[in-house]
Amino acid sequence: MLREFGMGDVYYLVASARWTFVLSLIAFVGGGLIGGLMTLARISRFAPLRWFAAGYVEVLQGTPLLMQLFLWFFMLTLLLPVELPALAVAAIALSLNASSFAIEIWRGSIEAIPKTQWESAASIGMSRLQQLRYIIAPQAIRIGIAPTVGLAVIVIKATSLTALIGFVEVTRAGQLVSGVTFQPLLTYSVVALIYLAFCWPLSILSRRLEQNLDVNRTPELSQ
Amino acid sequence: MDYVFQFREVFRYWPLLAEGTVVTIAMSIGAMVLCVIFGTLGALARRSRTMILRWLVIIYIDIIRNTPFLVQLFILFFGLPSLGIRLDAMSAGVLGIVIYNTAFTTEIIRAGLQAIHKSQVESGLSIGMSRVQVFLYVVIVPALQKVYPALVSQFVLLMLGTSIVSAIGVEELTSYAHQIQTTNFRSIEVYLVVICIYMALTLMIRFSMRALGRVLFRYRHRRPGRITLPVEQL
Amino acid sequence: MSIVHLNSVSKNFGHIEVLKNVSMDVARGSVVSIIGRSGSGKSTLLRCVNGLEPIQGGEITVNGKKVTRDERALKALRQEVGFVFQSFNLFPHLTVERNITIGLTVVQKKARTEAKALAEQVLRQVGLIDKLNAYPDELSGGQQQRVAIARCLALSPKLMLFDEVTSALDPELKGEVLRVIADLASAGMTMILVTHEMHFARSVSHEIKFMNAGKIWESGPPEKLFGGEAETPELRQFVQHHAY
Ligand SMILES: Nc1ncnc2c1ncn2[C@@H]1O[C@H](COP(=O)(O)OP(=O)(O)O)[C@@H](O)[C@H]1O
Ligand SMILES: [Mg+2]
Repeated sequence: MLREFGMGDVYYLVASARWTFVLSLIAFVGGGLIGGLMTLARISRFAPLRWFAAGYVEVLQGTPLLMQLFLWFFMLTLLLPVELPALAVAAIALSLNASSFAIEIWRGSIEAIPKTQWESAASIGMSRLQQLRYIIAPQAIRIGIAPTVGLAVIVIKATSLTALIGFVEVTRAGQLVSGVTFQPLLTYSVVALIYLAFCWPLSILSRRLEQNLDVNRTPELSQ
Repeated sequence: MDYVFQFREVFRYWPLLAEGTVVTIAMSIGAMVLCVIFGTLGALARRSRTMILRWLVIIYIDIIRNTPFLVQLFILFFGLPSLGIRLDAMSAGVLGIVIYNTAFTTEIIRAGLQAIHKSQVESGLSIGMSRVQVFLYVVIVPALQKVYPALVSQFVLLMLGTSIVSAIGVEELTSYAHQIQTTNFRSIEVYLVVICIYMALTLMIRFSMRALGRVLFRYRHRRPGRITLPVEQL
Repeated sequence: MSIVHLNSVSKNFGHIEVLKNVSMDVARGSVVSIIGRSGSGKSTLLRCVNGLEPIQGGEITVNGKKVTRDERALKALRQEVGFVFQSFNLFPHLTVERNITIGLTVVQKKARTEAKALAEQVLRQVGLIDKLNAYPDELSGGQQQRVAIARCLALSPKLMLFDEVTSALDPELKGEVLRVIADLASAGMTMILVTHEMHFARSVSHEIKFMNAGKIWESGPPEKLFGGEAETPELRQFVQHHAY
């Protein structure tokens, strides 16, 4: 069983990264969709909706993702008649978790737009949704884009936890390889490099976007 | 199907849950204190005049923030022994938590230092303080105050992240949850209860940190100019 | 005998020459006002005297000691020289009392009780004894600036530098600060003031220095410079522009 860590293992790890990618993509898109709807609830003028969305964020961000994963895993396997693949369990847990970040980011971006923008849009007869769609959102997107890219990094890193419920992505693949090669340092270093390859460019992009925005938005205060 | 919830089966294990909670709290507080100390040093290094020092900190931050905490833990706990560095699970866990979260506190505190105007430093210098004295008496308190909300958020994230060290066998709240559910098979109930405990810890941190903030930064009467930073989990 | 002595001091920021061969002397007990357009180098001159900016050429001596980059020497220098900034620069996290005592306890290692007594004394001097326990953001701009002056006074400086200390204040608050400075002048404090308050400069100063383009363009007693006897067209124009 015991063998040397070789190129074959590197290929296997890189190949497993496609599941990291697939899961990240699902969670990011899913989180974005749920987050989008919940953001509407979060800024709604109907207070109970607002409270619900606030509570939703509070619970998802106030508890460990790992615990959320395990809870979903057991709830879905014990309470559903059909057996769900690990990917589905992981996708549900991560999407919901990602959505809570999306809500906070986008709510913050929307609230950064001055109230007067809403008011002047209303004054030309727009409905609340139209105000958001045509006046507020286009401005808020400029503020929200950098942290949203940052959210992608959070999601990618979060997928590593699904290794612990048995989903074979790159971290789980690393556990398997290190189990047969007994070279954990090398194996996990390669795993870390794979994550770095995904996340670093996104982090740099996020930083760039943020800097560009600052240049346009806040003229240097000098004294 | 037809699952009957039996929380009694979980509460039987309350001493274990209590012990896990205490470990989680102790680990979190200890690690956070270290993260603020190292984060301050990191922020100073990040702003130092020595280019190598600046770059070292930047590289550290970028590597740590762009790889998962779990993988970092595996490297520390399973990987380092092949270099002859053997850590027990608890040490590796706390070390991992501190290494990971310091990358974030460094950036947060750096933002705080940056928000302190140069004139404050000069004003300290002009009454004869040394640079070290200026930092200790003039700069650091307002700097931390400016980013206090971000530090509190990071504290919560750190505490939630401690659940991940269960993966290398540290005995804290999450690993006790695993242990309980393998003996009583009430998985859903166990995780529900433990999630509630974590939620309570989160609220406790926010509440007590707000109280602490009022004591530490009692001078602020107006709402502080908040610096929001992208906070990250995991 | 002069307490401040500048000998052909030059200072540049990168390629920009901000001070060009500036020489001047300030006698002990005298009040010197520096006037001039914005950007002419007035603040930079004061900052060099206090060692906040290094100089590239020439020499500055304060109280017989040369101003160098040596940290310890700078610490000693700055305890003898009080600097009051345009933007007050009080420490926002400390009470008025602590703002004043911090230099005494931390820098001069005085006991807390002694420091407190001194703080009360200087606060009485600037008329703010009732604000002992207030925080800076509870004070008006004029009050903050008076505390900043008190903070310097507590260290018993031999020389005080004022850099446009009333420029950031609303007109109705300028008076209370100027009054404190005038009191100091009549008590014999050596001072260099950078100011745009021409009436005040005229009434309080023994000597006026007009700076232009990084040089001391013209200097003399206030009666002469403001009394229509200015020699250079630049100063004449400047004086005309500023309320005279
Ligand atoms: N830190 C600095 N870096 C670069 N240039 C500076 C700096 N401080 C001042 N200057 C320049 O030096 C010149 C003189 O400035 P200053 O002494 O502040 O003038 P004043 O106080 O007379 O208005 C100005 O042209 C200013 O732009
Ligand atoms: Mg100036």
